[in-house]
Amino acid sequence: MALVLNEEQQMLRDSAKSFIQESSPVSLLRELRDRGEEWSPELWGGMADMGWTGIAIPEEHGGLEFGYVGAGLVFEECGRTLASSPLLSSSFVCSALIAELGDDEQKAALLPAIASGETIWALALSETDRFDPAATALTAAADDEGYLLSGNKLHVADGAIANKLIVVARTDAEPGTESGLSVFIVDRDAKGLSIAASPNLDTRLVAKLQFDSVRVAAADRLGDAGAAWRALERALDIGAVLSAAELLGISQEAFERTLGYLRERKQFGVPVGSFQALQHRAAQLFCELELCRSAVLKALQAIDANAPERSRLASMAKAKMARTAKLAVNEAVQMHGGIGMTDEFDIGFFMKRAAAASQEYGDYYYHADRFGRLGGY
Amino acid sequence: MSDADTFRQETRAWLEENCPASMRRAVKSDKDQCWGGRNWVFESEDQKIWLERMAERGWTAPQWPVEYGGGGLSRQEAKILQEEMASIVARRPLESFGIDMLGPALFKFASEEQKQRFIPPIVRGEIRWCQGYSEPNAGSDLASLQTRADDQGDHYLVNGSKIWTSYADKSDWIFCLVRTDFDAPKHQGISFLLFDMASPGVSTNPIKLISGNSPFCETVFENVRVPKENLVGELNKGWDIAKYLLTHERQMIGGFGLSRAGSKSTGRTAAQVIGTSDGRLADGGLRADIAAFEIDEMAFALTVERVVDEAKAGQGTGAASSVLKLYGTELNKLRNELLMSIGGSGALPWGSEENATLAQHWLRSKGNSIEGGSSEIQLNIIAKRILGLPA
Ligand SMILES: Cc1cc2nc3c(=O)[nH]c(=O)nc-3n(C[C@H](O)[C@H](O)[C@H](O)COP(=O)(O)OP(=O)(O)OC[C@H]3O[C@@H](n4cnc5c(N)ncnc54)[C@H](O)[C@@H]3O)c2cc1C
Repeated sequence: MALVLNEEQQMLRDSAKSFIQESSPVSLLRELRDRGEEWSPELWGGMADMGWTGIAIPEEHGGLEFGYVGAGLVFEECGRTLASSPLLSSSFVCSALIAELGDDEQKAALLPAIASGETIWALALSETDRFDPAATALTAAADDEGYLLSGNKLHVADGAIANKLIVVARTDAEPGTESGLSVFIVDRDAKGLSIAASPNLDTRLVAKLQFDSVRVAAADRLGDAGAAWRALERALDIGAVLSAAELLGISQEAFERTLGYLRERKQFGVPVGSFQALQHRAAQLFCELELCRSAVLKALQAIDANAPERSRLASMAKAKMARTAKLAVNEAVQMHGGIGMTDEFDIGFFMKRAAAASQEYGDYYYHADRFGRLGGY
Repeated sequence: MSDADTFRQETRAWLEENCPASMRRAVKSDKDQCWGGRNWVFESEDQKIWLERMAERGWTAPQWPVEYGGGGLSRQEAKILQEEMASIVARRPLESFGIDMLGPALFKFASEEQKQRFIPPIVRGEIRWCQGYSEPNAGSDLASLQTRADDQGDHYLVNGSKIWTSYADKSDWIFCLVRTDFDAPKHQGISFLLFDMASPGVSTNPIKLISGNSPFCETVFENVRVPKENLVGELNKGWDIAKYLLTHERQMIGGFGLSRAGSKSTGRTAAQVIGTSDGRLADGGLRADIAAFEIDEMAFALTVERVVDEAKAGQGTGAASSVLKLYGTELNKLRNELLMSIGGSGALPWGSEENATLAQHWLRSKGNSIEGGSSEIQLNIIAKRILGLPA
């Protein structure tokens, strides 16, 4: 497939850009933070009206079925203004698991409300500080009435605002193995579940979940017991690539703001952007961003096409993007000088969000390792 | 079936029938590449047949118009041809500065007569060209070149010397930048001349590289008579041609960043040499470096693809050649660094000019970020022309 956007995708990008610049400028993030709020329900409603909550959901379940290249464009634009929403968790990662593992009844019951933005879902996966899905240890013990879930989950994005959770649990085999994992639907009000939220550096809340013998009906298991890995891997690839798309927007915006500053700011009687030491670093970063754009687009296409090399491309894209984002925001702060260090100036927000997004669905090291393994070394 | 599918099938069948088996092996040394020209000695009968068959269809220059001997293929067809060749590891039938550099400039700037005269022999690999740009005092600052061409009525008289002229001693003709106006600002007194290297007054002295090979020369011109009809474009307007040609040279050199068709990935090479444990390369530090490299290598290959696709869709940025040159050559240097590390002490042996060793390829790769405009110059171009940073 050609590595270009078709007309429909270009239109989506343009409409996404104008919507997000209008309804979620960086100043909104600042306001929310200053008020101690994580997210804006109005913005969420607007996103749902735009159809973004249903981009990847099949038409028969109320979605647009527009595909992941389109989703990537939306996330890139969200990255540019650091727009905060549960879009990734709910409409792309959790919905992918439901669409892939759910039976007809579950899909019909759950997907339309995701597509409309009515229910918000979060994925409860990580149990340690390092992303490692196979390490899942939280147990789901089967009995006559279904399952009892016991254990802890950490760093659950959107866990503080979600109505529903998808919990990855072990029904079999040892932690560290890909087999033996199952996924369950759990209500946020379930008995025995406690949720504690705290803010991260990017002002988004992450939740710590404690499961104390939480009762789950067998009907709330998605897919066969112990066989969730394949679907989970796909959903996590989707999460990784869309977070890479968000990082592309974050990095591109930070870079463009920096270029503007280099042209404007004068020292020694000349614009600082006339210094070759800075020009070369900016040019190098431009090249890295060009590579990132190709990497992310290809990985998105691979998800749409369900290509056999999807996972390797996803890891390539997230790894390349995480590394470049780090460079982009570091250079951005450095090249702004003292003002870049002030809270009053926005560039620091890009650094903070980039750090968090780089961890989501696996950081550089996780994906570089996976890329190597999938490449036979 | 779509036209593209039909073309693919026909191409596959034709290649299957016409590409000799020995031309379907990854290029290992310089010998494996055919440069053509008046003095070319074919390394094998297969090499000759392969060139002839491909040249006959114009597939040595797939996208050039049929009327000049080219293949007349669309971008899409050319891409299919390339993919089909890669899938059987078919070698390029002809390496050629004529195809990669001069031809595009001739199409844009030469007269009809000049095109008819010079392009078909390039396609057929009959005339080998070299590039007379750099001089001892004009490297990165190319426009300060001093080789002169004086108007003698019906001809120009060329005097001066060029340096680092790749394959000057093996080439038939040269495309050469000369100064034709010494009073004008430096960019405005340069002209673009073509002449036969067999002309009286041309001499070449090979220069040995750190890699042990002598692919490039000092080239001296003493009262070389060049017919006036060999001037391309207008007098004193040669700089525009020079720059246009350089963008093609950069794209060609940037291609070094791509992994060679049919060759094993750097990671798999390492796995074979060093071994793995638990599916991971046994040397963890090296493994991390290789993964970082291969991620960039893949993202770079995708960028090359995207640049072509965007150009086809009319969305191109146009300034991509500097990005590709810079990134591709730095990647190729890194690839060679990693191969040296993978080989360890086993990568140190020295070979010969014909059978260059890994160490020699590694040394040669250092020139990639110098030739065709150094990495620093590419960064300057990106900063000024693409990013619009102030001078
Ligand atoms: C293998 C090889 C093959 C070649 N083949 C040919 C050929 O066929 N025909 C031909 O005409 N030429 C050829 N060249 C020459 C090549 O184009 C020049 O070497 C190149 O343009 C650099 O010029 P220079 O060697 O004079 O280096 P210099 O220009 O002297 O550069 C020295 C150093 O200074 C840096 N520098 C220079 N100017 C700037 C600046 N403005 N900002 C920052 N840094 C700067 C350079 O990047 C470099 O690191 C070849 C070179 C090599 C290595």
